[in-house]
Amino acid sequence: MKKIEAIIRKTRFEEVKDALNEAGIEFFSFWEVRGVGQARESRVYRGISYDTGTIERVLLSIIVRDINVARTIDSILKSASTGEIGDGKVFVSDIMESYRIRTGEMGDESLYIKD
Amino acid sequence: MEIKTLYITVADAVSGLTVSIDTIWVLLAAFLVMFMQPGFAMVEAGFTRAKNTANILMKNFSDFAIGSIVFWILGYTLMYGDDIGGFVGKVSLFYSNDAVDGVPGMASLLFQTVFAATAATIVSGAMAERTNFSAYLFFSLIITAFIYPISGHWIWGGGWLSQLETPFHDFAGSTAVHSVGAWMGLMGAWLVGPRLGKYGRNGEPKAIPGHNLTLGALGVFILWFGWFGFNPGSQLAASGEGNAMAIAHIAITTNLAAAAGALTALFGTWILYKRPGLSLTLNGALAGLVGITAGCDIVSPGGAIIIGVVAGMVMLAAVPFVDRILKIDDPVGAISVHGFAGAAGTIMVGLLATDGGLFYGGGAALLGTQVIGVLAVAAWALGTGFILFSILKYTIGIRVTRRIEEEGLDVYEHGETSYNM
Repeated sequence: MKKIEAIIRKTRFEEVKDALNEAGIEFFSFWEVRGVGQARESRVYRGISYDTGTIERVLLSIIVRDINVARTIDSILKSASTGEIGDGKVFVSDIMESYRIRTGEMGDESLYIKD
Repeated sequence: MEIKTLYITVADAVSGLTVSIDTIWVLLAAFLVMFMQPGFAMVEAGFTRAKNTANILMKNFSDFAIGSIVFWILGYTLMYGDDIGGFVGKVSLFYSNDAVDGVPGMASLLFQTVFAATAATIVSGAMAERTNFSAYLFFSLIITAFIYPISGHWIWGGGWLSQLETPFHDFAGSTAVHSVGAWMGLMGAWLVGPRLGKYGRNGEPKAIPGHNLTLGALGVFILWFGWFGFNPGSQLAASGEGNAMAIAHIAITTNLAAAAGALTALFGTWILYKRPGLSLTLNGALAGLVGITAGCDIVSPGGAIIIGVVAGMVMLAAVPFVDRILKIDDPVGAISVHGFAGAAGTIMVGLLATDGGLFYGGGAALLGTQVIGVLAVAAWALGTGFILFSILKYTIGIRVTRRIEEEGLDVYEHGETSYNM
C-alpha cells in the first residue's frame, strides 16, 4: 500500500478527479491548502504593491494498492499539467497498516469494495 | 363668505401645507442621513480585518447612540443657540421647542443630530483596529457635545465665519461636518500610532488588505444614497418653486460630483498602479461627495464635475501622502477623503460659485473667506483633537495592548466575534 499525495492547481481539480475515476480510483480525500513557492501573485492595495507569496492549491491524499500506484501517478501527471510554473508535485510514501471501520477488513482488502 | 375671509382661510391652508411639505422633506432627509451610519459601518468593517469587525461595528453603533443623546442635551443649542461673541451659541439644556421656524424645532433637532453623528463616526475609521473602546466612547461624547457644535456654530449657527463681510459658504458641511471628523481622526490616528505590521523596519508602508470589499462597496453605495438627504436636505425646505428648483439642482450636482470622483480614481489608479483598483475607486466616489457638499447649491453641473475630479485627484494624492510622508496609518482613507478632499471642495467654492466665484468674475473675496474657514476649522479640530486624545492617552489610554491587537479586538474588548465558522 502506498499513500500518493498530490498538490495541484485548484483549476485542474475537476480534470484530475475525472482522470482518477477513469483510472479506477474511487476514494480519496482532498483539502484546500495554501503554500509558498515559485508562483507569484502580485497585487496592489490602496497604492501599495505587495506579493501575496501564498498561493492556493488543492492537496489530494490517495491510499492505493501497490498494483494501482503507477497508473494513479500517471493519470495525475497527465491531467494536472498545464506546463506553467506552479503545476504542483506528487509524493509517494509507504502505508504500514489500513483498516475498514465497518467490517474490520485490513490491508489491501480495506481499500476496495469486493463485488 | 366674504372675499377677505376666504382669502385668509386659503392663506392659512397654504401656509399650513408649506410647513407640512417642508417638514416631510427635512425629516425624510434626516432619515436618509441616518442611513449613512450603516454606510460608514460597512465601509469601515469591509476595509479592516475580520478579527476587528465586531469592534468597528460597536464603535459605529455607540457613537450614534451617544451622539444622539448628548447632542439633544447640550450640543444642539451650543451650536444653534443665540450667538455669544461669534464663538458659541447660548446653551439651553435638554432642547425642547414646539415653535415652528420653517419646520418644527424638533425636526431641525433630528436633522442636525444625524449630521453631528456623521462627524463623529468618521474618526472610528481613521483609528480602526487598535483603539481602546472606552477611549472611543469618551471621544464620541466630547466631539458631539462640544467640538463639532462650536466650529459648527461659527459656520451655521451665526458665529464669526458667517459674520465675515463675505460669509463663509459651506452649504451642507464639507468643512463643518466632514473635515472636523477627518482632522480629529488625523490627530487620533497619529497619537494612537500605526497598527502593528503597518510599517516595515525601514518605515516603508505595508498593505493590510481589508477583509471584505463587498461590504465596502455596499457601504459606499449606501453613503452615496444617503448623500441625497445630506445635501438636498440641507436646503431645509421643499415647498414653492424656489426650493423645488434648489433641491433638484443640488441632487444633480451631488450625483455628478460623486460619479466624477469615482471615475477619476478609477482611471487614476489604472494609470498610477497599472490596474483599476476597487478600494480607491470607492474612496473616489466618497471624495467627490465630500468635495461637492460645500458648494452643491451654488455651482453649475459642470462645476460639480470639476469639483468631483479635483476631489478625486486630491484623495489619490493624499492617500500615499498620509501613508508614506506623514506615516499616519488610516486604514479606510478617512483623512484623505473627508479632510483633504473636503478642504479642496470647500476652497473650490471660491472659484466655481456661479455668483461670487473667481472664475465667474466674482473676484477673490469668496475664495479668501473659503481658505480662512478651512484653515480655522482645521486648526480648531486638530488642536482640540490633540488635547483630547493626549489627555485620553495619558489617563485611560487610547491603545489596546499588543496581545489584544494581534489576536483581535473582538475577542478581548467584546468577548464576541463577528464571524463564527
